[in-house]
Amino acid sequence: MSSVAIRVQNVRKVFRKRKGALRREIHEEHALNGITFEVREGEVYGLLGPNGSGKSTLIRILSTLLLADGGDVEILGFHLPEHEREVRERVGRVSVDAAFYKKLSARENLLYTAFLYGFEKTDAEQKALYILKRLGQDASRFDDPLEEMSRGMQQKVSIARALLVNPPLLLLDEPTTGLDPKSKQEVQRFIQDLRLREGTTIVLTTHDMDEAERLCDRIGILTRGQLIAEGTSEELKFQAGADNLEEVFLKAVGKSFEEAEKEVTVE
Amino acid sequence: MSASAIRQTWAFIYRDHQLTKRYWSWVVVFAFYALVNSASVALIGVAAHDTRLTLTLTIGVLLWTFLSVLFNEIAMSIAYERWEGTLEYTFMAPASRFVHLFGVSLYAMIYSIFRVVVVLAGLFVFIDLSFRGANLFGILIVLLVSSLAFMGLGLIAATLPVFSPERGAEATNILQGVLLLVSGIYYPVSVLPKWIQPVSWLSPATYALSACRKLTGIDTFVPGRPLHGAPLLAVMPDLARLLVMGVILIPVGLWIFGRVEHWAKKTGKLKRTG
Repeated sequence: MSSVAIRVQNVRKVFRKRKGALRREIHEEHALNGITFEVREGEVYGLLGPNGSGKSTLIRILSTLLLADGGDVEILGFHLPEHEREVRERVGRVSVDAAFYKKLSARENLLYTAFLYGFEKTDAEQKALYILKRLGQDASRFDDPLEEMSRGMQQKVSIARALLVNPPLLLLDEPTTGLDPKSKQEVQRFIQDLRLREGTTIVLTTHDMDEAERLCDRIGILTRGQLIAEGTSEELKFQAGADNLEEVFLKAVGKSFEEAEKEVTVE
Repeated sequence: MSASAIRQTWAFIYRDHQLTKRYWSWVVVFAFYALVNSASVALIGVAAHDTRLTLTLTIGVLLWTFLSVLFNEIAMSIAYERWEGTLEYTFMAPASRFVHLFGVSLYAMIYSIFRVVVVLAGLFVFIDLSFRGANLFGILIVLLVSSLAFMGLGLIAATLPVFSPERGAEATNILQGVLLLVSGIYYPVSVLPKWIQPVSWLSPATYALSACRKLTGIDTFVPGRPLHGAPLLAVMPDLARLLVMGVILIPVGLWIFGRVEHWAKKTGKLKRTG
């Protein structure tokens, strides 16, 4: 039986914003309301939820970029926030916006990351080219500035950046959002391949029901900062008596996914 | 320092060097502006037919070019990352904040020296200058020691864009302006209103300038004769003050940065905005 890679217990996060003309009014937005779940080593765990459900907040907490207000987070045996450095050495992240130095080339951006993680130039370049090739990226574009690349190409470089440092845990925050169908397929195929070949533990946030069903071993449905259902897609459908995840969501929340997306604003 | 920490330090030098190359036209524009500005100031001394004044102004512009670029590059490093949207990825890396800011500061120092060399070379075109007899080695020591204090100030200022990307950058410029005003870059501190003069004691630039002027030999300058720069021993009190400031300001800067980073992680301010 595989061991636990991520253990999240009763995690809470509240954002406070000042509002009003004199900014005296403090408005509280509960991004996470006592989330509890576990991800096993080598598992692809999907977090499915509409915009503003708390997916990115959760990923930021797991990435050491945000401190939870309460609860307990343990990643690969290390507690947060006490062992941030150990966690950072073992976690790669891909966010929805491929954040890069846009004037620099893919090579330069990736080398910067490699040095930042203490890796050597030659190893890093070879590995980056290998990953990009597996993602279907043309190696001749390696020296092109990121600003001259399409959104799909940028996202592939973003994935290469996350994998460059051999992380046992990969956090993918909506990696296929906004991609053209071909790029989307290539990224999805790569995720499947990565899990099979490397045994990397993956947390994937998405609002694409098909993607969650196809890629994830288990899925947690998140809405308004709460995990309202969890299981394999078959279990979720069986428990809800539904034919697809869209129906599962509708039955669990009482409204469709699209309606939920319009309502919530916290992310 | 471990091999890994050296590579991590190199990461920031490598990144900033590549960015400098990509934004080369801005580098040229800023260097040109610095040169024109410096020449304009130094020519005031030429117009007054006063070599001592020319030397005073020249040393002022050169030192200020170095220190202001150093301070600005460190102070704006976080703002640049926010604009590029890469701040979260840098903060997620397993590099300590000391290594991060040390790498940024090292490149800032190299870049500042480059700017000073450009300005100095340009000044020779406009003004008949000679530093023969000046204690150039001593000046180099003063620049290195004063860099520590300015790095510390830069680290403190670098936290401002964490609070607010735009206002933080504005506040950084105000801080830089205050240093320019109170440090006696182009005039003696004694001409400032009495109430503001004590502020000059807090600026490392005040002591760096005082030391550099002595080492250049401006105070003992006799027209028509070569400069007679003071020995390093003569500026030991200024060097000691600069060293103490550096030793205090760098750890204080790192501590403040750590507190602000903690606050930003608590409030979600690291997220890309602006």
